[in-house]
Amino acid sequence: MPAATTPPAAFLDSARSAGTCRRAIINRVLNVLCVGLALLTFVPLVSILFLLLKNGLPLFGWDIFTQLPPAAGQTGGGFGNAIVGTLLMVGLAIAIATPFGVLAAIYVNEYAPGSKLANAVRFVAKLLTGIPSIICGVFAYAIIVLATKQFSAWAGGFALAILILPTIILTAEQALLGVPKAYREASYGLGATNFQTIWRIVLPDALPAIMTGVMLAVARAAGETAPLIFTALFSQYWIRSLNEPTASLSVLIFNFSTLPFEHQVKMAWTASLVLVILVTGANVTAQLLFRKK
Amino acid sequence: MDTLPSPSAPASRPGPGSFTARRRPDLFLVLCVLASVATVGTLLWMILEITHQSWPAIEKFGLAFLTNARWQPNREIFGVLPFLLGTGVTSLIAIILALPLGLAVAVFLSEDFLPPPVRQFIRFTVEMLAAIPSVVYGLWGIFVVIPLVQEFGRWAVVAFKGTPVLGSLFAAPAYGNSILTASLVLALMILPTITAISRSALVAVPGTLREGSYALGATRWETILRVLLPTAAPGIIAATILALGRAMGETMAVAMLIGNSPRFSGSLLSPGGTLAGLLANQFGEAQGLQVASLMYAALILMLLTLMVNIAGEAVLRYTQKRTAGIR
Repeated sequence: MPAATTPPAAFLDSARSAGTCRRAIINRVLNVLCVGLALLTFVPLVSILFLLLKNGLPLFGWDIFTQLPPAAGQTGGGFGNAIVGTLLMVGLAIAIATPFGVLAAIYVNEYAPGSKLANAVRFVAKLLTGIPSIICGVFAYAIIVLATKQFSAWAGGFALAILILPTIILTAEQALLGVPKAYREASYGLGATNFQTIWRIVLPDALPAIMTGVMLAVARAAGETAPLIFTALFSQYWIRSLNEPTASLSVLIFNFSTLPFEHQVKMAWTASLVLVILVTGANVTAQLLFRKK
Repeated sequence: MDTLPSPSAPASRPGPGSFTARRRPDLFLVLCVLASVATVGTLLWMILEITHQSWPAIEKFGLAFLTNARWQPNREIFGVLPFLLGTGVTSLIAIILALPLGLAVAVFLSEDFLPPPVRQFIRFTVEMLAAIPSVVYGLWGIFVVIPLVQEFGRWAVVAFKGTPVLGSLFAAPAYGNSILTASLVLALMILPTITAISRSALVAVPGTLREGSYALGATRWETILRVLLPTAAPGIIAATILALGRAMGETMAVAMLIGNSPRFSGSLLSPGGTLAGLLANQFGEAQGLQVASLMYAALILMLLTLMVNIAGEAVLRYTQKRTAGIR
């Protein structure tokens, strides 16, 4: 697209009729209004980041990584178990969703583009992105928590896996689309089979972009609370098995934010700071991977 | 895309020797098909499983579940009308607040008001807003938005007393945990969705239209208001619909800010509840018929958001076709 052109200033200056003058003024006013509205979005972000640092930094230290959450009314402690729990459940979700997502994307883009199943996969993936995250939690509750009669890391990880599946499929599909067609043709020209072409040519080339999608999924899953509150629940202790209630950063923030104890509320802010750093880190990694490609 | 080799082509190619090599892709293809079927199946499985779990409540309450305004777990009476209204009202207010703001940012990002670094900065800001977890918005809302709304509420109750519509919208008593608080934070949370999709709709408007408008002597804003926005309108409508879907399903921030009352009073300053907030609050400790009723509420929320998203996707698809036609 060619660069936008503004009406020549000379035209506006030389125009002396009242109508043109009024139009120019309206134009100015709208300019200012638009810039003002756009800058308005900046206010809440600054407020959030400022409070995160102001309220979160005082307790930020080694203890938060190595200690367990303080009981009601107690001070000190940390939330090492919640950090471990979040990383663990996000890891579980990635381990479950990535193979399904990437294989489905390979089918959609390499084997049968335009086929009924491929269109269905793409359509369902788009719909799944729009499904509220809490519904993923309800689903995991129904098929895992009710069946095993146990809140568990498995249930939490599964709920997150459903949540990120569409992200992985859609980004992997874009990644595969980005591989030049000539690579595939050259591979087939050398006598390679479909599998050899996909495995040795297409996937290695698309890998950074696929990893971008995975990192975006990590960012999405790490920040989610709704799918975890009644699947993984929470725990005051270090995790010992995947079959027991598991702490997570986001549920800790939710639980502590409404407690009447100042120390716990401070800790919720510190946990928020850690969570935002984690999510932003994953997002930045995704961008870097994408740029490498 | 259409020139890609179809799966059957290499397999049917006659040639000696590479029989084993040609077996392998079949296995891989089977894996890919399985993953695809599993993906499509997941959605159906979710709908069926949640319907199955909510069956006792569906049998007992039927469609009256939607119109019953009482949610009383201790008496086993369940109706979601207040939560349905709460979801609708909060999402609607969020859209009304976020649309002008989001559009302004989208116009700002697609025009050349300011040098690229500044635009990049605004874009970064909006992306950052999208990356902040819902629960952190909730925490921020508790400490920043609730006091502000309380302050505003006290003023509004006095100022609008006796005014026909505003008087009932801002009726006393004024709470901090209210529909208005939840709506404000929701507006902020859906802003990135509206901005991103509207921006791509605006950028997709062919440059020739803009140049034509300028050539006729139109000012920048005449061009934006009469040429660019109308052309991008379907995309902006799609953005609004998809943002509505997000707002309806948003859970944590709303659950932390709305006050979670099973009543809908009509005043924006009083506590309320949404379907998603209801699920977040009650699932952990629910028993028996309450679980089934919550599943029923989840089913309703899921079907509502599915319909909204299908509508949004349909409009988006129509938009892409239409803009392709102009070019």
